[in-house]
Amino acid sequence: MNRKGSKKTAFMYMAPAMIVILVFLYLPIILNFVNSLYKWGAISKEVSWVGFRYYKEIIHDPIIHTALKNNLIFALTSVACQIGVSLVIAAVLEMKFLRKWQSFFRTIYFIPSLLMVTVTGITFKMLYSPTIGLLNPVLEKLGFDTSNIAILANPDTAIWGISAMSQWQYIGYTVVLFIVAMQSISEDIYEAAEIDGASTLQQFFTITVPLMKETVMINMIIVITGAFRVFDEVYVTTGGGPGTSTQTLATYLYQIGFKNDQMGYASAIAFFVFLITFIIGLFQMKSYNLEN
Amino acid sequence: MKKKIVHGLIVALLIMFAVIIILPLIWVVLTGFKTNKELFLEPWKMPEVWKVQNYIDAWNAGIGTFLKNSVLITVGSTVFSTMLACYAAYPISRIRFKTKKFWVLIILGGLMLAPQSAVISLFKMANVMGLYDTYVGMIVITGAFRIPFATFLIMTFYKDISVNLDESAMIDGASPRQIFWKIIMPLSKPIIASCAIVSFRAVWNELMFANVLLDSTAKKTVPVGLVNLQGTTTTNWTMLMSGMVIASVPLIIMFLVLQKHFIRGLTAGSVKG
Repeated sequence: MNRKGSKKTAFMYMAPAMIVILVFLYLPIILNFVNSLYKWGAISKEVSWVGFRYYKEIIHDPIIHTALKNNLIFALTSVACQIGVSLVIAAVLEMKFLRKWQSFFRTIYFIPSLLMVTVTGITFKMLYSPTIGLLNPVLEKLGFDTSNIAILANPDTAIWGISAMSQWQYIGYTVVLFIVAMQSISEDIYEAAEIDGASTLQQFFTITVPLMKETVMINMIIVITGAFRVFDEVYVTTGGGPGTSTQTLATYLYQIGFKNDQMGYASAIAFFVFLITFIIGLFQMKSYNLEN
Repeated sequence: MKKKIVHGLIVALLIMFAVIIILPLIWVVLTGFKTNKELFLEPWKMPEVWKVQNYIDAWNAGIGTFLKNSVLITVGSTVFSTMLACYAAYPISRIRFKTKKFWVLIILGGLMLAPQSAVISLFKMANVMGLYDTYVGMIVITGAFRIPFATFLIMTFYKDISVNLDESAMIDGASPRQIFWKIIMPLSKPIIASCAIVSFRAVWNELMFANVLLDSTAKKTVPVGLVNLQGTTTTNWTMLMSGMVIASVPLIIMFLVLQKHFIRGLTAGSVKG
């Protein structure tokens, strides 16, 4: 095939996907930045130039601080559970004496990640409820005083309750990912280590963890990016309340834009979310490129 | 002996964890068969009479319509994004041309763009383009966000297909089009299936865009529909639970049947790198 012909073919095949990506993924980001420089609304017709005023507002907005804190709580608990705990569970399920039960546990652990966050959200909202829920009766049986426990109604505990729900839903997902990665590690390495007298724990830290470094890194970044995008979980359970205690960046921008009709300010927050996720994403790209 | 105790302990912990995972699910299913009175009085007991009527009520309260919309949008979006990705991945992985690096960057960059940061612009764009409150709008926009990952996944798979196949086909006089359809596509069936499943799961569960881009109740998808049902039927929790069961069953069945494809799709992107 001559060079010109191949170039033409290449563009013909790529064009549809590239046009869609450029129009619906990249263009919105640019428009979003432009939109953030104006005061405007979807309902109100008034449009006025405000320049970078909204970005200054973001820095001083206490709800943004709460939102960032909540996103961070999500990020930290998610890394601890979906990376830390999951890695241990995956390693345990890969132990020889459990091999024949592995697929049983794996399937059960994985099922929640198939559910809509809407479903998990409503479920946990009810589980946490002091009147109809399951949590308080269980705690009572264990001897706790539950008269003051209403996880989602208390601004101090609500975000932890929501995050716990998210961990419940997604731990099994990363367990499966890690098991698949572990299965590509050669059995011989472990056998050699065993002959040398390495304990299971030693094998985990000296063989499994180092050889899984790349997978762990990529998933860690995916999990952290996800934590800064959190919307569904909060939207379904508390909608940001009580007060503003569970707002995340995404729910707050939704609230500001679609409920308060301050689209300009919401666009500025959206751009802020873009910057954060993009910077974290750059690390992801770096780890992808390592292999290529 | 000591080993046996440790093993027993490990198994006990795994079972405990499995119970924590499965208990809320069982509770939802059981509650879906109860009356509201039972739920409030004895939330942790078995239903006295299995109230199948809840399921019929849930279906009639809108779940039926939402399900139809969800299927339409999810299938549309999955087919749309997977097809475009199959095409785009072909030249990127198999044809040499100058600007390739740039396009790969566009794809990879697309992976990092959060839908949350584009939602306001897309809402405005959808209004201008006449895509607001339409199935097509939902299909194209949710599909667009699946394309980078899908292309990336398929591209890495195409790369592993031996180039000799192309070359010998070309010597036999095959055009790129024929090579694509007769060689690449048939060999890629497994990865295309995996990729489609991953996209299906993502769009099926998608809430934010469905919430923002669809307006009329008759067009809403299951995730939004459930949230709305929760708002309007504050008193009828048990019906809501049956609705949730109906909403969850399709994907769980799909997973149990297609487990192998499912897991390959989910892991290929993060394990292989």
